[in-house]
Amino acid sequence: MSVKHSLLAILDQGPAYGYQLKAEFDRRTGSTWPLNVGQTYSTLERLERDGLVIKGETDAEGHQFYEITETGHDAVRGWLGTPVERGRITRDELAIKLALAATLPGVDITAVVQVQRRASLANLQTLTRTKYAGGDADGPEELAWQLVVDNLIFQAEAEVRWLDHVESRLRRFESRAMPVQDAAKLPRRGRPTASADGPTERPAATRGARR
Amino acid sequence: MTAELLRLDGVSQHYGTGATSVTALAGVDLTVHAGELVAVMGASGSGKSTLLAAAGGLTTPTSGEVIVEGIYLSEAKPADVARLRRRTLGFVFQDFNLIPTLTARENVSLPLELDGWKARKVRTAANDALASVELTDRADHFPDDLSGGQQQRVAIARAVVGPRSLILADEPTGALDSETGDVVLRMLRGRVDSGAGGILVTHDARHAAWADRIVFLRDGRVVDESTVDPIESLLTGADDR
Repeated sequence: MSVKHSLLAILDQGPAYGYQLKAEFDRRTGSTWPLNVGQTYSTLERLERDGLVIKGETDAEGHQFYEITETGHDAVRGWLGTPVERGRITRDELAIKLALAATLPGVDITAVVQVQRRASLANLQTLTRTKYAGGDADGPEELAWQLVVDNLIFQAEAEVRWLDHVESRLRRFESRAMPVQDAAKLPRRGRPTASADGPTERPAATRGARR
Repeated sequence: MTAELLRLDGVSQHYGTGATSVTALAGVDLTVHAGELVAVMGASGSGKSTLLAAAGGLTTPTSGEVIVEGIYLSEAKPADVARLRRRTLGFVFQDFNLIPTLTARENVSLPLELDGWKARKVRTAANDALASVELTDRADHFPDDLSGGQQQRVAIARAVVGPRSLILADEPTGALDSETGDVVLRMLRGRVDSGAGGILVTHDARHAAWADRIVFLRDGRVVDESTVDPIESLLTGADDR
């Protein structure tokens, strides 16, 4: 999440001071992303250092206003026009856990899936109730909050759908258990022991040996 | 303890006999109270729709009892079962079956008129039902002038019109986009919150999440349940706001 760009996009509407920016950010995101005042000020300092904002006037209460620069304005346009990149390689604990569970002999994968499904659905139920309790959005602030909740709802739904998919794939894939390979048959890799003779870096040719 | 609206007691449903016999339900126990929406999930062929048909007295189980508002369907006279279907039960299915020569409001009014309601009461109830699916401005349109999604919502309004205490819905949001689907689920939830009971058969987790309790069927058996603690979820909700 780019706090920097979010604050800059708000500043693009006109000069503002630190606490005001934090309040605007909260109002527009349903207070779902905790942002403290200190973080707001340190972000403003970085934006100033990078020439994206400059210090403006100070009002009677001593609030230091910040103004966006032309470079800052371009950065906002660039940010809004660029997709959010997500990592392609899975670091998702659930995916890795089920992949392991699916291939380990003697693991009741159906039970593992169901335990997860129940938990994921309970999460989805709670989110849905939270949204329902909010009623119909009757203003932009409410709408902003609901959009964030919707995002969580769709993510949770995707997880349950994936679990359904996992279950139906497993049902059609009887011989999925994969015993742990005999250590002696494995290509020699890993850390050398103290008595290892010379460098143990394996040549690239052994990479395919597992297949 | 709130009133028990529906109880399935060891309900089994077999089709055919001998080697070709198929078991659609195998000893299902399920209770729905007033103010409770129960979602039934499961893969295709797990028995979801059979369960709903049995709960609404559309089929007679091979064994076990279905009790609706204290009435044992197995012992009830056909006229009593018919009355239950007309007054107590609201069936929401995917097919529309709207009458093309009647307006949306007239389609929705039909069940109440058949039940002998007075015209003014019918109109009020039909308008309420149409409002609950956000179709007030389409009340005087004929089905041909309505989109597929609007027709489906008219059918849903007709299914729940009047004071029905037990709503049985089978994939009710089939032809609807996600926003309109939410309108229908919100309506179902609202009916349940004001005292009805409901069963929602769905394969869609996002829809099931509107329920208080989710029952999982596999091969005709209840294999698991998921509940959410209403108090806890309200507190969580308050925290998140």
